[in-house]
Amino acid sequence: MDARRESEPTPTTNRTTVERRSERELVVTRTINGPARIVFEAWTKPELFRQWWVPKSMGMSLLSCEMDVRVGGRYRLEFAHGDSQSAFFGTYKEVTPHSRLVWTNEESDEGSVTTVTFAEKGGKTLLVMHELYPSKEALDAAGTGAADAMGETFEQLDELLVTLGASLGRS
Amino acid sequence: MVQYARARLDTSFAALSDATRRGVLEQLGRSDASITDLAEKFHMTLTGMKKHVGVLEQAGLVTTEKVGRVRTCKLGTRRLEEETAWLERYRQLWDSRFDELDKVVEELKRKEKIDGRKKRE
Repeated sequence: MDARRESEPTPTTNRTTVERRSERELVVTRTINGPARIVFEAWTKPELFRQWWVPKSMGMSLLSCEMDVRVGGRYRLEFAHGDSQSAFFGTYKEVTPHSRLVWTNEESDEGSVTTVTFAEKGGKTLLVMHELYPSKEALDAAGTGAADAMGETFEQLDELLVTLGASLGRS
Repeated sequence: MVQYARARLDTSFAALSDATRRGVLEQLGRSDASITDLAEKFHMTLTGMKKHVGVLEQAGLVTTEKVGRVRTCKLGTRRLEEETAWLERYRQLWDSRFDELDKVVEELKRKEKIDGRKKRE
């Protein structure tokens, strides 16, 4: 009985939700199949963090990942996206082992403050990630940025349509 | 699905291929307006503007509502769809991130179990 339990961890996939809670706030939730102690470790140890933060579908690769996880400590992530590179960096504001992390995003003046809470229940951990932006415009821009990373945007569609219109108009 | 996407692209394309209609969308992006307002702003007859708004409305880019004798135009449901679309893309990003996190956590749990057994031996 033991052997079966250990060789086949039940592959349950939990649902990720995203909610725009107000004009300036986004909330992402997901339950992870493991105790908060381990999930927290995966968020705070760079060698673990870099294994999951940049999934293949993002079309980016992580060049470097430095994390000094303590209050006032800084982090810096460098990405390659095709031929271009970008960096994300900021400061940890709160570090409460196994339950709460708060950091700033300082790559722009309009960066958000991210709060992640880890709540353990029955050996699983509910993650709640809350992002607070300084303005509605900053959140909209970040959303467009994320959309850019994942695929087509309305602006691109608009441009495409205008280009198509111009070329059809000529023919 | 492809047919549907193409049909949508066609109506959007037709709607956006006209400079006045793009101007109207830009204007409605700033604030709602009546057809009379729009006709005045773009130096057009009421009938001409009604036609343009009709095309935008068909493409789902503009909605109109008649209150009394005034027909008010605002940006349409497509904009709402786009808002939902970016939230969904954002959700997909986090979903694939968390799927990877699940794997990392699974691996750590396995290692702990093995280490635990070693200690007991």
